[in-house]
Amino acid sequence: MRLPTSPEVEARLARLELPFNQDGLDPYGIDRRRLGFMFTTFGLFYKHYFRCRAFGVENIPKRGRAMLVGNHSGGVAFDGMMVIASCFFECDPPRLAQGMVEKFLNRLPFASEWSSKTGQFTGLPEHAVRLLNEDRLLMVFPEGARGTAKLFVERYNLVRFGTGFMRLAMATKTPIVPFGFLGGGEAMPTVANLEKIGRMIGAPYIPVTPYLLPIPLPARMEVHYGEPIAPVGTGDEDDQAILEKVNAVKKSILQLIERGRKGYEAR
Amino acid sequence: MKVLVTGISGKVGQLVCHALLAGGHRVVGVDRRPWRGCPEGVVVHESDIRKRGAEDAFRLERPDAVIHMATVTHLTAQSEDRYRINLGGTKAVFDACQRYGVKQAIFVGRHTYYGAAADSPLYHTEDEPPLGLETFPELADLVAADLYAGTALWRFPEIDTAVLRVVYTLGPSRSGTLSSFLRGPRVPVILGYDPLFQFMHEGDLARAIVLALDTRLRGVFNVSGPQPLPLSVIIAQSGQEPLLVPEPLFRSLLGRFGLPRLPRGALNHIKYAVVIDGSSFREKTGFSHQYDEHATLEAFRRALAV
Repeated sequence: MRLPTSPEVEARLARLELPFNQDGLDPYGIDRRRLGFMFTTFGLFYKHYFRCRAFGVENIPKRGRAMLVGNHSGGVAFDGMMVIASCFFECDPPRLAQGMVEKFLNRLPFASEWSSKTGQFTGLPEHAVRLLNEDRLLMVFPEGARGTAKLFVERYNLVRFGTGFMRLAMATKTPIVPFGFLGGGEAMPTVANLEKIGRMIGAPYIPVTPYLLPIPLPARMEVHYGEPIAPVGTGDEDDQAILEKVNAVKKSILQLIERGRKGYEAR
Repeated sequence: MKVLVTGISGKVGQLVCHALLAGGHRVVGVDRRPWRGCPEGVVVHESDIRKRGAEDAFRLERPDAVIHMATVTHLTAQSEDRYRINLGGTKAVFDACQRYGVKQAIFVGRHTYYGAAADSPLYHTEDEPPLGLETFPELADLVAADLYAGTALWRFPEIDTAVLRVVYTLGPSRSGTLSSFLRGPRVPVILGYDPLFQFMHEGDLARAIVLALDTRLRGVFNVSGPQPLPLSVIIAQSGQEPLLVPEPLFRSLLGRFGLPRLPRGALNHIKYAVVIDGSSFREKTGFSHQYDEHATLEAFRRALAV
């Protein structure tokens, strides 16, 4: 089956610095043709549907390990998709941001196949360490599923951050690039989450919108990248020390959101 | 060095025998199955490894080293005495090693030790415990044999023991767990899943085993060849046809319409990947594979086409 890929995506894929073999497969099973189709689709959403804008992409290192750390925005992972799209369409050379995905996704047919062939692996510390040591670009939402479950009125709040990402960044000497994401809550105004029904299909919940279906509205989206934070330490420090560093990252994400919000709401 | 090989009549056993001879070793074999056309100078003791005949082989031949590869695969149909061969046989071999002064022992185990599950990481390292036994009890005897062989490292410190966890093999012999799965007229795959499979050329594995012997390897090591490939690519490049089946239907179709019979737990092994990190073995022995993923699949494809 030939999957359609736009010429622009094809040209950028050729400059993607991943160790593909002659069939376009990397050692993790990332499939270049799948990426082509994925970015063609993401490109339509990025440029036309959400009219997404990325600010501060120069903060993302051109090469080498880095961890994008930001807020969740919206009930379904459109925030992650648009961050991935921004790294591919705005960075030069293009980069593949690899998310750390919720465990349930790999259990579902098709989702399992697509996520593993596009480099979106289950969020395990083993995966994070290995990918960072191979100088890849990781995308982390420390709020986890708690973050996507935020309701419309809470859309610019941050819920509790996990601390694992900070320990991993310190242990692998990875710079953290904070980002604030805007517009996900507007695109998918969640008024309630159905947890029981979600669990029946293996997901944490199903978001409900005023128009019932979890389909995003064409709201504008923005992602604001901040200056990289170099982690100091080994990652073996006690919880209190780690928590302080996590809070510093959280604070810079909040600042990015607040600063971005003024412009976003004026536009 | 005089080397005793259990399971010598198997396809990889035969290749190991030839590689040993080429390396200047003397070879003795133990196997329940006869080996017709066995090279000159090689004596094969036809016996079950748990029986007297096998112990006689140790007593009479006094080997310096033992390569134990007489284990039965888990991914094919239930076999009644598989548990006893895999675990009881491994115990018998190590006991004989100790009793008859063998200096070096190599246990050839499988990378499926790590188990396949939705939340297990890619590229397992040797320190990881086995997972997925609860969904695949048929794997228990191989896991137990692997861990039991590892206990020789502290029980018999005078023997240099290496436990190898090797990936699937493919090649001209068309034998092995993955080959049997791919060989049928149609290869059943579960709709919506396309896991990575890791394999190496059977000739490369034989060389790796002899390298482990020659470098007096001690410890537990993953042995892998080229990068893993998705099952769909392996099927296509072997010249085979997939049969996409939704999971609920899958169980009832197995063993019919020319499809292979698989234990229930094996389903996870065709939904999720078992991928290992073989870098520590490469560093210790200097091993590198000669057949990349394409050459390996091409050899297998040509063998299937005959």
